[in-house]
Amino acid sequence: MAGLATVFGSGAMTNSIPEIENNDLLFVIGSNTKENHPIVALRMIKAVRKGAKLIVADPRKVPMVRFAHLWLQHRPGTDVALLNSMMHVIVKEDLIDREFIVMRTEGFNEEFINNLEEYTPEVGEKITGVPKEKIIQAARMYAMAKHPGIYYTMGITQHSHGSDNVFCIANLALMTGNLGKESAGVNPLRGQNNVQGSTDMGCIPNLYPGYQKVDIQPVREKFERLWGVSLSDRPGLTAPEMIAEAEAGRLKAMYIMGENPVLSDPDIGHTVKALKCLDFLVVQDIFLTETAELADVVLPSACFAEKDGTFTNTERRVQRIRKAINPPGEAREDSWIIMELSKRLGYDMKYTNIEEIFQEIGMAWPAMAGITYSRLEKGGLQWPCPTTDHPGTKYLFKGGFPRGRGRFTVVKYRPSAEEPDKEYPFVLTTGRILFKYHTDTMTGRVDPINKVAGEPFVEINPEDALILGIEEGSKVKVSSRRGEITLKAKISKRPGKGVVFIPFHFKEAAANMLTSSQHLDPLCKIPELKVSAVRIEKV
Amino acid sequence: MITLLIDGKQVEVKEGTTILEAARQAEIYIPTLCDDPRLEPYGACRLCLVQVKGMPRLVTACTTPVAEGMEVQTSNEQIERIRKTIVELLLSDHPNDCMVCEKAGDCTLQELAYFYNLRENRFLGERRQYAQRDNNPFIERDMEKCVLCGKCVRVCEEVQAVAAIDIAYRGFNAKVTPPFEKDLNCEFCGQCISVCPTGALIGKLSIGRGRQKDIQKVDTICPYCGCGCNITLHVSRNEIIRVSSSPDNINEGWLCVKGRFGFKFVNSPDRLKKPLIKKNGKFEEVSWDEALDYVASKFREIKDRYGPDAIGGLSSARCTNEENYLFQKFIRATIGTNNVDHCARY
Repeated sequence: MAGLATVFGSGAMTNSIPEIENNDLLFVIGSNTKENHPIVALRMIKAVRKGAKLIVADPRKVPMVRFAHLWLQHRPGTDVALLNSMMHVIVKEDLIDREFIVMRTEGFNEEFINNLEEYTPEVGEKITGVPKEKIIQAARMYAMAKHPGIYYTMGITQHSHGSDNVFCIANLALMTGNLGKESAGVNPLRGQNNVQGSTDMGCIPNLYPGYQKVDIQPVREKFERLWGVSLSDRPGLTAPEMIAEAEAGRLKAMYIMGENPVLSDPDIGHTVKALKCLDFLVVQDIFLTETAELADVVLPSACFAEKDGTFTNTERRVQRIRKAINPPGEAREDSWIIMELSKRLGYDMKYTNIEEIFQEIGMAWPAMAGITYSRLEKGGLQWPCPTTDHPGTKYLFKGGFPRGRGRFTVVKYRPSAEEPDKEYPFVLTTGRILFKYHTDTMTGRVDPINKVAGEPFVEINPEDALILGIEEGSKVKVSSRRGEITLKAKISKRPGKGVVFIPFHFKEAAANMLTSSQHLDPLCKIPELKVSAVRIEKV
Repeated sequence: MITLLIDGKQVEVKEGTTILEAARQAEIYIPTLCDDPRLEPYGACRLCLVQVKGMPRLVTACTTPVAEGMEVQTSNEQIERIRKTIVELLLSDHPNDCMVCEKAGDCTLQELAYFYNLRENRFLGERRQYAQRDNNPFIERDMEKCVLCGKCVRVCEEVQAVAAIDIAYRGFNAKVTPPFEKDLNCEFCGQCISVCPTGALIGKLSIGRGRQKDIQKVDTICPYCGCGCNITLHVSRNEIIRVSSSPDNINEGWLCVKGRFGFKFVNSPDRLKKPLIKKNGKFEEVSWDEALDYVASKFREIKDRYGPDAIGGLSSARCTNEENYLFQKFIRATIGTNNVDHCARY
């Protein structure tokens, strides 16, 4: 999100899900949409069946490839080379949108163009493994389309150069003028029900609600007035930094609500060690998760069906969730728990109902000021929605970018931090599968889902399997510089040669035993979960 | 735009609209079993037969496009006699077990039988008898109740693009089946269950959990991925027994396996029910007051000794906006640090 925010001034899907239907070209890169955003995928398929062209760029033959007119199977971690090479073709063949570049953007200068000069389709092919003809074809298809949409997820962002990948995507859309209009834009699909909302609400160490920076004095003063306390002007620690600081003994206590970092974060061994270094750990959750087991205090909370409130989906749509049943035993709403704790610490948060909190959000962030619970009764509203008569915003940047002009960024290809070598010759990439969700605390407690989702597995290309003497279902040991796990092999042409895939849901063979917490993107601090070097041995 | 008359009412619709769609826009009811506005017209059930002036035979409203000046009659004695006969024929080889059928109260065939007052059936013929032996854990397939409307087949191919099932065999023996009559092996989105007009396709998780009349429906949002699908929880005795989705919402009523069937965790016996404090390495159940007082005292102690920046909080992409707002406010205003983040990176 920080990547898009840097170049546009805000980081979210620029279009809406229903607009997908009217794309005439879809460029899906680093997103296994049919498994991870199944309902967005249905819209994509609808568009394809209405005549849209589909380009899928993914190191794995993900299910969307079945519908694609062009599949670019690039090596994991080479997105910058692929995208720069496409842009090289677009500039060379003069398929750019001059008017848009002049009127709406900045930074499309000599330095930018010279940088693209290096990335000929031949260079692109050498780095990515995608034949140059396909790179040229993809570039032409994207640049000549009238309403192309780009869709991406963690396949783009979970890299030590994740921000660079995002900058390249933004460059591509900017140079072809495919922003600020209906059914054309840049669309990061968000992975969790309310990950857009937690970002919007300022659960970020340098941002208050509504992307307002904590280190800008007038902004801080506004929040000091709203909350009636003095606030810190130092940006805080990101989640990976908290884990590192805990290990270093400088962070003494943590309060974790509804998260399971032990299983979701890279390098489990390191995460567990760091959390054990804390003097005090409080975990608030609906289940005794792997993280909760390490806690000093566990607070039982209510789940989505047991409370009122709002979620914001990937297309910025704020929607009401409603209480349907009572929580079990003495479990309570997270809001009640936070307020009770705050009161005991001398800061009384007084709200008589959930809607009052929502109203305060509107005071803190003008983009949500026009949304009320009574309006939401008729369906969701997409921010920005500044006034109560505003219909919400279907697509962003119609009148311009929040930062003024859209910014081009010069991006150079950097290899992933941990390239395969003799000792660890395979590239491991992690992700999700259709039937399971994240750390499996929820789906793992649905018997029919367990029955079809089966056991943990490592997906391995048939050619590699043959060399290693591995058969379908063989037990294999996968090891990295961090740790090792044993699981069954699934022989599949989905990954290319030299690439293996492990879903990270399963605690009994956790993929994040193998990943690294050391290789972070410098801007976003996102870890490189999509590329780790591993070794495979038959057990 | 095209103007036509339906039952004497003047209706103006776009070119390419079918008679059925035009009638719906004019709020004129025509019965159907095989139609779904989200699917291509199919013309299988023949219930939507209407009389168009100047045409020698009755036509199916769902597959006939409107034309300028068309005069349509949606009901008369002949049409109703044919419709009644169609329903009678469908019921003639349908198990007469509404009293135990999960679909009772929400079944289009049952509605039609009620509407045409079909207690006795003139056609007592052969019954199709199929063994139920599908081992999939989500979808109960009872092909004796199937009316061959083809909605499940079409939704699976047209919308889900999976094509896990199709109609095999011919005539009386025709039936919907996976390839080679094997067990269903698909994405288990349950789209087929949501469009089935009878009890032929039922979610296994809701079988025996409650009758339609006892169910309270609550509209909310799916708790899984970021698509934000609108779902309706069907609740009976403080338990979610089924999830459905309305065709007119942002996800057009479509859901995935997690959204439709992944709700059992809510009533899992593993749910945490009491606050826990670890004493001598073991969790002990305590009261809320004890737990909250203890947490507050520890936070205060650490803040006094090391400063507020020695405390950090991780909020949750699973929780609501309101809870996330309160959480960061707690960390910033109550504790006094900006050490707050969430799992956007994973």
